[in-house]
Amino acid sequence: MEEYALIMRHQDGQKIASPEQMQIWMKQTMDWIGGIAAQNKFVSGTGLPFDNAKVVHSNGVITNGPFGDIKETIGGLITVRASSAEEAAEFAKGCPVLQGEGNTVEVRKIAKNDGVH
Amino acid sequence: MEQGELIPHLFRTEFRKITAVLCKYFGIGYIETAEDIAGETFLAAIETWPYNGIPPNPAAWLYTVAKNKARNYIQRNKNFYEKVAVAIKDQSTESYEQEIDLSSQNINDSQLQMLFAICHPSISTESQIGLALRILCGFGIEEIANALLTNKETINKRLSRAKEKLRLEKVAIEFPPEKEISKRLEPVLTTIYLLYNEGYYSESQNSILREELCMEAMRLTLLLLENEKTNLPAVNALYALMCFHASRFPARKTNNGEIILYQRQDETLWDQELILKGAYYLKQATQGTVLSKYHIEAGIAWWHTNKADTKEKWENILQLYNQLLQLEYSPVAALNRTFALSKANGKKEAIAEAEKLQLTNNHYYYTLLGELYMESDGKKAKQYFEKAISLARTTADKQTILKKIDDL
Repeated sequence: MEEYALIMRHQDGQKIASPEQMQIWMKQTMDWIGGIAAQNKFVSGTGLPFDNAKVVHSNGVITNGPFGDIKETIGGLITVRASSAEEAAEFAKGCPVLQGEGNTVEVRKIAKNDGVH
Repeated sequence: MEQGELIPHLFRTEFRKITAVLCKYFGIGYIETAEDIAGETFLAAIETWPYNGIPPNPAAWLYTVAKNKARNYIQRNKNFYEKVAVAIKDQSTESYEQEIDLSSQNINDSQLQMLFAICHPSISTESQIGLALRILCGFGIEEIANALLTNKETINKRLSRAKEKLRLEKVAIEFPPEKEISKRLEPVLTTIYLLYNEGYYSESQNSILREELCMEAMRLTLLLLENEKTNLPAVNALYALMCFHASRFPARKTNNGEIILYQRQDETLWDQELILKGAYYLKQATQGTVLSKYHIEAGIAWWHTNKADTKEKWENILQLYNQLLQLEYSPVAALNRTFALSKANGKKEAIAEAEKLQLTNNHYYYTLLGELYMESDGKKAKQYFEKAISLARTTADKQTILKKIDDL
């Protein structure tokens, strides 16, 4: 069993959703994660709120918000257990973020501390 | 109280107190000695009370006899060391100079300290439960065997191995240092929680014994709550959880001892006083920032104290199960979560999620699938129920599932 990070990418993080819409997404996200946890495949997870985010640039300049010239941003990530990248991708399919057009979930294997990776 | 009832009653309440104090006094290597002395004390009562009459203060009488017997034991031991094993120079006899203290304060402290000692990680959880039942609840070996659905030899072996292990590990009978209390409480709470579950979900036919296990688990939790060092949020949450479950005791059995499932229970039989008590402790549990699995489970149990099927209720239960599973997976929680999902989000979604669980050696899994298909596909539902019956181990379980087939 390997561990995979499912990284949720929003194509346009500046889009503002209504509180009602946010609540629906929240529930869908909790149900999605609960479904993975019910299969004993959930490892950890964290949401990444946009509020109060900062970006540190290579010249030392710090700007507000995760959005620079591009609007794309990361909304959160969870780590799951899966026997293959394909299985992890199946989990990713249920992610509510994918309801937004252009949004993606990136599936990345977590490097083990085994000296190889 | 008649003499015939008095001694068993006192045995229930006093044996464990005397044993805990003597264990604390002699040290972890002498659990058996403590048990023997406590046992002999009751034997003395059985032998003399019928002739001399019941003493005015029976408990005090027992304490005095226990103290004398303990002193005699030390004396014999001292003689042994002085005459036979001078060379060994065992210093442990010196620490016995102080008086054996059977005050209620020391009884409570000794019981709590023994609770921490017994829940030592060097012995298995089932041994911890057995030892707790014996030493902290005063259960007889046969009762423990009945309660845990095994035989006396197994329990005897299990307990003596566990005692030996605790002796070898030189486990101290003491309060953990302040900083470690939360961490050391974890295995203690696990043992009490399992003890409670053993009573609540046990397949044993003896329902009085089963409820007694639950009551003992609650008593041990109360012991922790009564001490300010261990009166922590997770302990309050565990107590709340137990109150909520216990409130359904009067409603979950038919007169012939068959289990009545939640949905079919007569909620007017639920013990409202225990529900209120649970709510009080759950409120106490929310002080602080700790969110233990007991908090979540108590929250789920609280929502179940209101039988009406509301959208709000099942949505909350679903979210609590989502949280619980992230904290700690268990097949039971996964199945219950899927049931809550069917209530909150509909059967179709729940069926898809249930099929992913693949708990294929668990009869509850097929019972759940059967239930989810009941409305939409009777034939499939029946197949799942039949599969569940083939996996169920007890006749009670098989009967419960058979009833569901009848309902189709």
